[in-house]
Amino acid sequence: MKFLSEYRDADLVHQYVQEIQRTVTRPWTIMEVCGGQTHSLVKNGLLQLLPPEVRMVHGPGCPVCVTPLHLIDKAVYLALEKGVILCSYGDMLRVPGSQKSLLEAKAAGADVRILYSPLEAVKIAQDNPNKEVVFFAVGFETTAPANALSVLHAQRAGVNNYSILTSHVLVPPAIEAVMTDEDSHIQGFLAAGHVCTIMGLDEYYPLVEQYKIPIVVSGFEPVDLMQGILMVIRQLEKGEHQLENQYSRVVRPEGNPEARKVLERIFEIHDREWRGIGTIPHSGYELREEFAAFDANRKFEVAIEKVPESAECIAGLVLKGIKKPQECPQFGKKCTPQNPLGAPMVSSEGACAAYYHFANLLESVETM
Amino acid sequence: MCLAIPGKIKSIEHRFNGLVRMAKVEFGGIVKEASLEMIPLAKEGDYVLVHVGVAISIVDEEEAKKSFEYLAEIGEIDELIEHTQI
Ligand code: SF4
Repeated sequence: MKFLSEYRDADLVHQYVQEIQRTVTRPWTIMEVCGGQTHSLVKNGLLQLLPPEVRMVHGPGCPVCVTPLHLIDKAVYLALEKGVILCSYGDMLRVPGSQKSLLEAKAAGADVRILYSPLEAVKIAQDNPNKEVVFFAVGFETTAPANALSVLHAQRAGVNNYSILTSHVLVPPAIEAVMTDEDSHIQGFLAAGHVCTIMGLDEYYPLVEQYKIPIVVSGFEPVDLMQGILMVIRQLEKGEHQLENQYSRVVRPEGNPEARKVLERIFEIHDREWRGIGTIPHSGYELREEFAAFDANRKFEVAIEKVPESAECIAGLVLKGIKKPQECPQFGKKCTPQNPLGAPMVSSEGACAAYYHFANLLESVETM
Repeated sequence: MCLAIPGKIKSIEHRFNGLVRMAKVEFGGIVKEASLEMIPLAKEGDYVLVHVGVAISIVDEEEAKKSFEYLAEIGEIDELIEHTQI
């Protein structure tokens, strides 16, 4: 494994750390929303470089982690009982459902495939005209355009044996859900750079005003994260709350207008259930009526019982930044990446798995 | 799975009667197909950020190389290779 000191930019990271130390005068709690950022903060040992006043908590930005259990059960059912070719991103296939994960369904004979892109799933549908192909379309705003394009490609090519099982979630309503939780103590946010590459900045101004919190759109490399944290802390120390864009080399204020057009055409906004958190109003995409033929939920009549989550898993508290993974009594005991009780232990972007894999790096932080 | 990876457009072809532009994009030796529908102005030789088979923005060369190196160092490129085989 590589350590931060080996990166070319290590000096720059340390300069930001010193500047954070010089700036901070009292404790602050900051949440990074995106699981990719969580992964980078933990993996690069950045958390223990921060002064003790700066407490980073990890947000719900891991699409695999927040996909509800019953949707996974539905995907497993489609693969095993309906005989569809079920495709998705690698992490999604490893998440345990109430009975099985998709990979276990594959071991039991189902046709389950890991794909790099949903566009490949359309090709699989073309090559297998006698089979139904379902893509388990999870993701935040960054991933939604690709999933949407797969539907457009299928429509253009006249492929009618392709559909998507959507589990699309949106970042701004998640920030609202975190801020309105009375147990939340978050004072500032790092927002996810790649999400804003698509959506731009407009949705974040009202959040800054309503909750009087600084939000800094940040990249995910060590230098980006440290600079983003410094920008949040400067605002907090001055008593300001503004939207700033640390990642302007990639994120344009208007986002990607073409991508937004495609999203607007294919999807409409619905309430959505987030695993561990519950239903968040207007927090996800579903296919518009016009594209119902490509919606696995409408295409396959499947009634899946909702199963209660493991009572021992406190994923909801972890995803809202109220508890740290190691505060969960099962962390590293009954719950490990080999045998996960909850989704944040499965995905490499989940906070529990990140803490578990890099526990050696974190010891010094956790004793603070 | 939420990261976008920078690569260089090697060639562009048209599909669906010219409606859709698809590119071959090279990521440090690995070539993959990506849709250019979200960035109509992209041309051969440009560096683009690609997320799950769709290019989402044009980035400058310097930035692309730096960020690719970083992703390779932390092992995030393995995802591309892994999935090429399946
Ligand atoms: S450690 Fe395991 S049981 Fe505890 S919150 Fe994380 S996923 Fe759930």
